[in-house]
Amino acid sequence: MLSNLSVLINAPVFNISLIVDGVLIGAIFALAAYGLALVWGVTSVKNLAQGDFVIMGGYCAWYATYLGVPPLLGLPIAMVVMALFGWVTFHLVVKHVIHRDLFTSLLATFGMAMVIEAGLNLGFGADVQSVNPGFGSYYLFGGLVSISKMKLIAFVLAGLLAVGIVIFMKSSRMGRAIRATAQDPRAARVLGIDTEKVYAFTFTLNAAICGAAGALVVMIWVIHPFIGVSYSIRSFVIVTAAGLGNLPGVIAVGLAMGILEQFGGFIMGAQYEQAIVVLLLLLVLVVRQIQQARVRQVVQ
Amino acid sequence: MSVQEASRFADERAAVPSGTLGQKAARFKPLGYAGLLAACAAVPFVFPGYTNTASVLLLMVIFALAWDVQGGQMGYNSLGNIFFFGAGMYISAVFQIGLWTDVGAYTRPDGLVKATFTAQQYYIGLGVGFIASGILSAVLAIAFGWIVFGLRGPYFAIGSWGVAVAAGELLSTVEWVGGGGGIAMPAFPGDPGFRKLLFYYMMLAVAVATFAFLRWLYTTRFGLALNAIRDDEEKAEAMGIHTTRYKTLAWTISAFFLGFSGAIFGNIVAFIDPRNVAFPTLTFGIYMVLMVLLGGKGTLWGPIIGAVVFDVIKEVTWTYFLGWQNVVLGLLIIVIVVFFEQGIVGSIKEWRPEWFGIRVVGKAEPATRAEMAAASKAEAAE
Repeated sequence: MLSNLSVLINAPVFNISLIVDGVLIGAIFALAAYGLALVWGVTSVKNLAQGDFVIMGGYCAWYATYLGVPPLLGLPIAMVVMALFGWVTFHLVVKHVIHRDLFTSLLATFGMAMVIEAGLNLGFGADVQSVNPGFGSYYLFGGLVSISKMKLIAFVLAGLLAVGIVIFMKSSRMGRAIRATAQDPRAARVLGIDTEKVYAFTFTLNAAICGAAGALVVMIWVIHPFIGVSYSIRSFVIVTAAGLGNLPGVIAVGLAMGILEQFGGFIMGAQYEQAIVVLLLLLVLVVRQIQQARVRQVVQ
Repeated sequence: MSVQEASRFADERAAVPSGTLGQKAARFKPLGYAGLLAACAAVPFVFPGYTNTASVLLLMVIFALAWDVQGGQMGYNSLGNIFFFGAGMYISAVFQIGLWTDVGAYTRPDGLVKATFTAQQYYIGLGVGFIASGILSAVLAIAFGWIVFGLRGPYFAIGSWGVAVAAGELLSTVEWVGGGGGIAMPAFPGDPGFRKLLFYYMMLAVAVATFAFLRWLYTTRFGLALNAIRDDEEKAEAMGIHTTRYKTLAWTISAFFLGFSGAIFGNIVAFIDPRNVAFPTLTFGIYMVLMVLLGGKGTLWGPIIGAVVFDVIKEVTWTYFLGWQNVVLGLLIIVIVVFFEQGIVGSIKEWRPEWFGIRVVGKAEPATRAEMAAASKAEAAE
């Protein structure tokens, strides 16, 4: 552990490599977390299957490539397939838990996560899968720092998607309806917005976002059926730390999380990936609680 | 939720249900308990091949009962109670080994140190470890109470789950207790048949103790305070209930019994590792919630019935749908949670409130029931 730390101190150039990698990967975390925050804010459903949606999107893109589709085209395919899947699961399950207590939605989406995980395992096997688009890398600092071109492309694509969603939310009719429903579903209904339709659309949009994130993950990293949980936790950590409806916050925390994980994984070893994510979650919750305790004292 | 509200007004706990059925039931109650206990005690002799399966069934009953204390009665839906199961398991193991030899040397992965225990050492270690597991788990619950009880709603569920996952991950880095490789428990000095019997009866004793204690607890002011916290925490606090203290105590009670169950289960499987046996957050940790939901949360018998039904379903799917078990289980979770929220006992309560000693005052019964259904629908739609 300490030897890796001394590598970082003696060869600062590795820090740059870790930070760049962290930022590029963090963009994808932020994308998935934004989808979670969207659904959370509008329908108040906390989707524990978020990470499994991401992984499922990854499998869509992987399977499309396997069938001979160019890798980058896997992204829109994954988005369409996942949007359909999101629409179906909304009408089968999520619709029924929106108005129920919070724990019900947690458990129901947890059940969905289990089914997806087990289904992917049965369908594609437990092996680690990846798509190599074959773009190569840029080398900086005399080859010490390599930046995969695919990661850069993924970063740009994630950014473009985020911009697209923001424009959609700000200017389209449906986007305005979604924002109105998030603010006050009752008032939105009074004003003639079909909130059920908004809920369905939001969940479908979230599934499509997850599909895109998954397609990017499979191209720059690897996926296997059981890795979904850690993406769910990451999304939760990011949303909890940033707060709902705070897009700049989600992006900032997402990037920071990517960097932190890169450093943690480098210093302590890759097998602690899950532990680092969970500890970050606890840390965020404890900090949040201390903040709230302070607020309560002020109120008293 | 309408029945729960009704039960708050009608005194469910007075145990003087009106009607002949209730009186008859009250007369046969002690007989019924004795018969059930005798049946449980006879299981290992009637079905000797299923002793360990029956022990696991009792474990599930303890899980469900212990979870229901703060999940059902207090309304704090935790996903992390499995933490105390694992904690009890490790505490017991450390005492059973540590009383006679160095734990760090015993758990060395190269296995250079071969420790053997005499029968006397084994049984003393088992007794001390068993008692310590419950008590120290309760102490841990008090310590962790302040981390999780400031959190509410989904943050509480996720935070408590995080504690359990983090415990498993962190423990797998502690070489002193074997790290990720786990600990092989001391070998049992006696006959394997006797071993099964011993642990079965220990499990039965814990299950019966848990049930008896909770049955008493729910008749006291403490039980009422828990229900008050479930119904409206702010109001309960305004009524002068020190909610944090009650919440921590309920969590501690849950932890106490889960710690015992962990100690016994660790000895039954004889090999414990942090991720799969001690802190199985995604299997046992979720099962305990599901069993309570299936049986009906916030009721005395609901968790027990839910545990039995769930365990039978689980064993059947494991036997006949091998490979598909997680798909079946996931679908089962969705169906239970989304379409069967009241649970078995909850549904019976809705159907026949008088069996639970709830007197429906005022109008004729069918009208009231129809009204209740309408009210609950209106509430759900709100």
